[in-house]
Amino acid sequence: MSNQIKVIQDKCIGCALCVKSCPFGAIVLVDRPEHPKKLKLAVIDLHKCTFCGACMEACKKFGAIELIKEEPINLDIDPSHYRGIWVYAEQRHGEISPVVFELLNEGGRLAKKLDVPLSAILIGSNIESKAQTLIQHGADKVYVYDHPIFVEFLDDPYSDILAHLLEQEKPEIVLMGATNIGRSFASRVAAKIRTGLTADCTALDVDLSNRNLMQTRPAFGGNIMATILTPRHRPQMATVRHKVFKPSQKDESRKGEIVKKPFDAEKLINRTNFLQFIKDTSAKVNLADADIIVSGGRGLGKPEGFRIIEELAEAIGGAVGSSRAAVDSGWIPYSHQVGQTGRTVSPKIYFACGISGQIQHLVGMGSSDVIVAINKDPHCPMMKVATYAIEGDLYDIVPWIIKEIKKQNS
Amino acid sequence: MNVIVCIKQVPNTTNVQIDSTTGTLKREGVESIINPFDEYAIEEAVRIKERTNGKVTVLTMGPPQAESALREAIARGVDNAVLVSDRAFAGADTWATSYTIAQAIRTIAEYDLIICGKQATDGDTAQVGPGVAEMLDIPHVAYVKKIEEIKPNYMKVERMMEDGYDIIEMPLPALITVVKEINTPRLPSLRGMMNSKKAQILQLTAEKIKAEKDNIGLTGSPTQVMKVFSPPPRQGGMKIDGSPEEVAETLVSKLKGSQLV
Repeated sequence: MSNQIKVIQDKCIGCALCVKSCPFGAIVLVDRPEHPKKLKLAVIDLHKCTFCGACMEACKKFGAIELIKEEPINLDIDPSHYRGIWVYAEQRHGEISPVVFELLNEGGRLAKKLDVPLSAILIGSNIESKAQTLIQHGADKVYVYDHPIFVEFLDDPYSDILAHLLEQEKPEIVLMGATNIGRSFASRVAAKIRTGLTADCTALDVDLSNRNLMQTRPAFGGNIMATILTPRHRPQMATVRHKVFKPSQKDESRKGEIVKKPFDAEKLINRTNFLQFIKDTSAKVNLADADIIVSGGRGLGKPEGFRIIEELAEAIGGAVGSSRAAVDSGWIPYSHQVGQTGRTVSPKIYFACGISGQIQHLVGMGSSDVIVAINKDPHCPMMKVATYAIEGDLYDIVPWIIKEIKKQNS
Repeated sequence: MNVIVCIKQVPNTTNVQIDSTTGTLKREGVESIINPFDEYAIEEAVRIKERTNGKVTVLTMGPPQAESALREAIARGVDNAVLVSDRAFAGADTWATSYTIAQAIRTIAEYDLIICGKQATDGDTAQVGPGVAEMLDIPHVAYVKKIEEIKPNYMKVERMMEDGYDIIEMPLPALITVVKEINTPRLPSLRGMMNSKKAQILQLTAEKIKAEKDNIGLTGSPTQVMKVFSPPPRQGGMKIDGSPEEVAETLVSKLKGSQLV
């Protein structure tokens, strides 16, 4: 039997609540000329439907939508054989990525709830000394793979070793940063070990009754949120957005275990070859890690406009971002672009200078704690979502902000 | 050199309206488009074809309506199109989608390279590209911003990272996912549009790709949607008025007050 969803014709009044609730645009209303009151009828496109149940929820009052989910296939997975929470301790050029400390904090909270240890897995070259740092930040156990083959991140050997370890050790939850590295190879690992992976989560919790991880993530550029489960497969894997959770505090007295498993580097899959890393010298502060981002858009009017943006960023200790319009005009490299086709950021403060706030830009920065908008147009979308909206010419206002910050700093 | 491009049809959010009372997307009447990142994938594939004299096949998994996305790809210079469509695929998560696409690719052709967009703008997972590579047991590099070199059995690419870029080489066949920086897509040509109208589109069902029932659709998906909800719309804050000097002073003291600066 396959999944079934249907609209009970007698109960449907054509109110369109379900149409609005459907995240996949799978429901339309059609005319029912034969109906005595000429009411419309909801029709579900089964090609688009993912059986998520959002429409059923919306139709609670009328109960006109019926969803029968297929019986789960019988898997040889016994979730009770899987215990413990793991954090992938991503490193880049020998330094632990900041998102790892956030994962240790949130992973630690979940581990306490489930009453299991929190482990970290560290893969790299000349990296073993960092294991202690992970313990001080909350790991009870650190698995270390320290070998020259891991000196630079490559999907093949990293996914191979992680998949092997997960199959051997059987943790119930694996958290990874939703960074370029995490999002590139987590999916390979999940594909290898046939388990579920949820991307870019912004909230996590566990259901103590069945130890399921409730993974909440934005979709459609943050316009809807979905809570996702991996009910029958283990481990439950998730990548987690940077800067959503607070980093854990360092405690130098914390003790933990360091585990070095033997492995044969020769036998690892390793088809790609790393040649060189070219550092982005145009960015003094990395956009993904920045607590403060100063962005410029079309309102700058000219490429030189970014000088004032850079000046403000430097004064306040932030990174330089931009809207798509400024990148497409060739004013600033693509690596600075924030938004749907650029990067998603969530800094503590986001300055939007001369950025009107098209939806594609808003989805990339809408979760910032504080938004400061400076714009000539008081009615543009950015000014409406801003925590602090300043109407005016950015060339008049930004220099004063720089002056004021410098005054405070001195 | 033969290239396969995997694309997805997504709702167009460019001109989308937000319902001011509920703060949600107005989805009624939203047209479908090719996922923006996939346009760069199509363009890169066509450029490789032009340099190396090969063929480009575009493939999508989706409802029958996704045929229009395939025809648009043909108008942009793609040679063949494959629609992987079956009601049994509905509800697939990224694992089941990766499996289905990998099975379809095994069915259709020999290939040197598979190109995907970095991610789709509706699901935003970026998981299917690497998943397909794993299922096909070929190497992949994600976030490619430039192909430095491509020749039989070899390619060298630049991978965009948070702090710069990596240069990586690998044997073919392989899979890459591409970011916007890689190229500027061309507009459909007149000849392309003519071709797209008359092109035959290969239709593949679950049976034709020999998909295992337990690996496709909702049944084959390890992840399940528990609930879907709209986040509370972001509330606007306060307007700061005054001369530039006063505005700057007020703003900095506000930011300082919240200990952010």
